[in-house]
Amino acid sequence: MRQITYSQAINEAIREEMRRDPNIVLLGQDIGSYGGTFGVYRDLFEEFGEERVRDGPLSEAATAGFGIGLAIAGMRAIVEIEFMDFSTLVLDAIVNQAAKMRYFYGGRLKVPVVIRMPAATKLGLGAQHSQSLEAWFMHSPGLRIAMPSTPHDAKGLLKTAIRQDDPVVFIEHVRLYASKGEVPEDEYLEPFGKARIVREGSDVTVVAVAMMVQEAMQAAEELQKEGISAELIDPRTLAPLDRETIVRSVEKTGRLIVTHEAYQTAGIGAEIGQIAQEGAFDYLVAPVKRVAGKDQPIPCGTLQEKVFPNRDRIIEAVRDLMAG
Amino acid sequence: MTQSLKTTVLAQAQMLDFYRQMTLIRHFEERVVELFGKGLISGSTHPCIAQEAIAVGAIAAVSREDQVLATYRGHGQMLAKGGDPKKIMAEILCRGTGYCKGKGGSMHLCDPEIGFLGTNAIVAAHIPIAAGVALANKIRGNGLVTLCFFGDGASNEGVFYETANMAALWRVPLVMICENNGFAISVPVEKAVSVKDIAVRAQAFGFPGEAVDGNDVLQVYEITRKAVERARRGDGPTLIECKTVRWERHSAISAGKYASREEMKRWQKTDPIPRFRAHLADTVRVSGAQLESIEREAREVGDQAVEFALQSPPAAESELAEDIFA
Repeated sequence: MRQITYSQAINEAIREEMRRDPNIVLLGQDIGSYGGTFGVYRDLFEEFGEERVRDGPLSEAATAGFGIGLAIAGMRAIVEIEFMDFSTLVLDAIVNQAAKMRYFYGGRLKVPVVIRMPAATKLGLGAQHSQSLEAWFMHSPGLRIAMPSTPHDAKGLLKTAIRQDDPVVFIEHVRLYASKGEVPEDEYLEPFGKARIVREGSDVTVVAVAMMVQEAMQAAEELQKEGISAELIDPRTLAPLDRETIVRSVEKTGRLIVTHEAYQTAGIGAEIGQIAQEGAFDYLVAPVKRVAGKDQPIPCGTLQEKVFPNRDRIIEAVRDLMAG
Repeated sequence: MTQSLKTTVLAQAQMLDFYRQMTLIRHFEERVVELFGKGLISGSTHPCIAQEAIAVGAIAAVSREDQVLATYRGHGQMLAKGGDPKKIMAEILCRGTGYCKGKGGSMHLCDPEIGFLGTNAIVAAHIPIAAGVALANKIRGNGLVTLCFFGDGASNEGVFYETANMAALWRVPLVMICENNGFAISVPVEKAVSVKDIAVRAQAFGFPGEAVDGNDVLQVYEITRKAVERARRGDGPTLIECKTVRWERHSAISAGKYASREEMKRWQKTDPIPRFRAHLADTVRVSGAQLESIEREAREVGDQAVEFALQSPPAAESELAEDIFA
């Protein structure tokens, strides 16, 4: 099968959907012929023109509001936030407006808007350009949240996101943009709420998102050499979250590690750990462990390596669990 | 604010309809305040008493298909847009027969079928949303115009400026109507707005802004009509500042004094309803009997709405987790 990058996969998803549905409009900054901050929108402006690819001013909050307005008027909007850190500027539009509008209007309006934003860890950009804030959105009912880790899932999930009538926070990762993977030429959609078992195993379950899926995969291969069999699960979407797959895996392995680059405290690891407790308490033979980002502002330069989890920290955590 | 009630000439039937709507909104809101006092309204409610001329005058300048977005002080706008008083009152009382199944309440009213795309309880958040609706009109070339109502307080929020800039850049068919009622909860505009007229803020974005007497329904109608025409022509947004006074508390649960009793009494002299009534009686020569009949009818419609709402069941428990997702 052909291999394309994560960035190309997202570009293809948007291009295909925009060809299929003339109601789709793109909003954001630097999304014109510049092609998006990280080049994800390459050639879309040339194909679809300025009416549908609306390069706009640095007004993130209003841009998201415009997107919601297009959506409630019967169109579909995709809003790009250049870095996930800047989602702070758009929180009201996402959390108080898009997420709740359908509900407080008793179903009279639908809000088909996709807010895309990349996490950007380990780029050396410091405290305001390095965060993974997915837990904030998971704490906001009314949103669908995708966080794909492969080109295949990025394309299939984004197409689903664009077609559905609910607001979606679509979380990408800058360091994944250049990563390659198999993506079919033929059209396909990936469902929300369905985790992917990346690797089967029997001793420990590792739930990982975004960049940490690759790190966890390397850890699993290393651990295999020591005779430890790790099952790796990528939830792919955080809302809805595929609790069943996680619980079933923990029932099998009796051990759970959750790993994410986001800060540890009140991160998604806490939620997933709790889900395992509620769903598979009797099967757990060891406490649930988190391998997550340190609870502190992220520095630039070489120090940044110290705050993020990695393959080695996962290996260490698994060994601890197995020894326990 | 030089033009007075007397210089605008409209068909008598239309003026009587304005009067009917204004008296209906007033009576409706007075009943809402009364119901709140009886503990029948969940949370709070934000009456638009004394601001009726703005909703009625401005919305008379658009068609049923044009869209309106408003704030938590938006019962009047929904009534003026053709909302069913019964279903609005039922929603305010969180009844299952309300527009939003009793889940939105006083601050969240919506009916896309009459082009009413919602009231919003976050100050200014709906301004870019309204502009997005207007952008959809422009992209589709459907000739529709979007009116966005907000208060003086909202004109100090960041998204107001961001939206003004983008709406001007993209020439969206949007009319921004600022109801300057003198206070953001308790803070007077003199302490919160750096210029005398909020309307001048439009100049910074290169589109027209005009201040009018918001207690003069005919002036509000006339200026909005021009702004709507401009928007429909494709010439972009307009900012209209309607100056009025709120002599009710910000919200029914608001405590704290923000004005003296004397000030409140003085403000009540600006009441748009007696003023328009005097115009109709003295200049348009509408008979007292006809005006009384309109007032009686408005009271009946308002009372029927209350009766309908009170007789309706509360929001159904089966609806609790419905409408979260499509």
